[in-house]
Amino acid sequence: MSVTTDPVPAVGESPLGIGTGMSAPDTVLQVEDVSVSLAGRRVLDRVSFSIEGGEFCGLIGSNGAGKTTLLRAILGLIHPSSGRIVVSGGTRTRRNPQIGYVPQKITLETDMPLRARDLVGLGLDGHRFGISRPGAKRRTAVDEMLEAVGATRFADARIGNLSGGEQQRVMIAQALICRPKLLLLDEPLANLDIRSAAEVVDLLAQIAGEQRIAILLSAHDMNPLLPVMDRVVYLADGRAAAGTTDEVVRTDTLSALYGHHVEVIHVAGRVLVVSGAEHQAHHPGDADPSVREA
Amino acid sequence: MLALSWSSLFEPGFFSSEPVQVALVVGAITAVVSGIVGVFTVIRGQSFAGHALSDIGTAGGSAAFLVGASTIYGFVAFNVVAAGVMELIGIRKPRGRDLATGIVLGASLGLAALFLYEDTISSSTTGATVNVLFGSIFTLPPGITTVMAVLGATSVALIALVYRPLLLSSVSYELAAARRVPVRLVGGSYLLALALAVSMSAVTIGAILSTALLIGPAAIALRLATRTGVAIAVAAAVAVFACWVGTLIAYDSTVWAGGNGWPVSFCIVAVIFVLYFASGVVARFRGDRRQATTSDQRLAAELVEVA
Repeated sequence: MSVTTDPVPAVGESPLGIGTGMSAPDTVLQVEDVSVSLAGRRVLDRVSFSIEGGEFCGLIGSNGAGKTTLLRAILGLIHPSSGRIVVSGGTRTRRNPQIGYVPQKITLETDMPLRARDLVGLGLDGHRFGISRPGAKRRTAVDEMLEAVGATRFADARIGNLSGGEQQRVMIAQALICRPKLLLLDEPLANLDIRSAAEVVDLLAQIAGEQRIAILLSAHDMNPLLPVMDRVVYLADGRAAAGTTDEVVRTDTLSALYGHHVEVIHVAGRVLVVSGAEHQAHHPGDADPSVREA
Repeated sequence: MLALSWSSLFEPGFFSSEPVQVALVVGAITAVVSGIVGVFTVIRGQSFAGHALSDIGTAGGSAAFLVGASTIYGFVAFNVVAAGVMELIGIRKPRGRDLATGIVLGASLGLAALFLYEDTISSSTTGATVNVLFGSIFTLPPGITTVMAVLGATSVALIALVYRPLLLSSVSYELAAARRVPVRLVGGSYLLALALAVSMSAVTIGAILSTALLIGPAAIALRLATRTGVAIAVAAAVAVFACWVGTLIAYDSTVWAGGNGWPVSFCIVAVIFVLYFASGVVARFRGDRRQATTSDQRLAAELVEVA
């Protein structure tokens, strides 16, 4: 277990090092001062935060803010130019079964000859060479996982024929079947209707609570996550502010992060982040995409 | 009655003819391999790569003819090298892959034009061209069965070896990479298996038609099967069926047409084409019943209600 005793400021010298503080004994993911440069461009700039087991953490930011890069760095697919990423006590070097992963926008063609249960099975042993031998143990593990995500009903349907929400459930089952301590999801709510998105979020919150799994979910809109989010990592231009929603999603904190004035407005239970002067309607160009008409 | 229909189905000498026996065996081996590999070609969206390999093989086959070797060695040599080059140039982006394939393909077709020209000049017949482009299933050289069996076994063994990671990376390259699957090794093994399958198919039904045996049965299987293993079995069975029925029709047509029958490749591809349409009818019939209960439609109905 690697423990940092110093509070790690989330964004350089700005007063945003909230919530990280001491590493609790149950810290599953610790990102310390991580910077990533891709093709000469600094995509992540000294990002720090940590997540504990059972916590639901939203990774919020517009397109190009560095969300996918951060997830890829945690997966070990990209090496940070500086800083350190610790997953469940060990530095990520080789394949780490501690991490389950649901990648961004998978397109499953309707003629893909794969049932929901086959995809979940690939989560168990898809990285191994050869052909899997069917067995009672394997089948039970797959059945249990399908049940846990509410996918039993369409377990034998072709994945390409399932709706977006159903496919996400199957992808989540696929990611969870190796019993990881950390689950990473890259924009799983994109392209889902409001109802399916809410169902997926509820399912994930339930899984985080029951199985003490830390969840890091990236999204450009934080609103669907507000009811369940224990913690938020807000990315803008590669810099991050981390903490609880109340700590981070505030006019002063986000203004400091963006480097110019943004207004956080609460309307009808939704949060809007509006850039520019207080009375000015937001311009599409400089507003965060999470800004939407409620 | 039965005897009559039996004898009218199989023209005299079909089973006793040695070239026909070799054709049926070699055809079946080729068909099984094409069916198995073809399923992955279709689900990975690499039909174009398969087609490119078969065209590249044309250069190899015609070169082999020029030096007096069996065309299979030319097909295999050129296809394996081409698969390696395609893998090296670019695999990540579909566009890069398309471009790499297209460039190698263009160069190879240029070579094929040169070699076929030289073949025709040197042998003073168009035999080489017909042999390379449209296959030589009735005039296979002795000992070819063993060569084909070894090539086929190698191709199928490669697919079996990388089966699970290949499937995983076909679902999502990102997911496979995150799971630390050696994606390039897996993709390269698959391309090698594809190169061998295309080479075998080129000998059997011709370089320019070999994709038909690769893609056709797989496409039919994907319309019918829900599981990868079943799809592979169906594709292999359909391919063997098409090969045998096509061979039979070609043999019988020599009698019907009085001497000069139809080319075997044409008959095999025609059978595949007919089966493809038939499978479409079956899939649509089954799809109509399934569609009524898909959750998408239920959700759509609910949303309409809410609105």
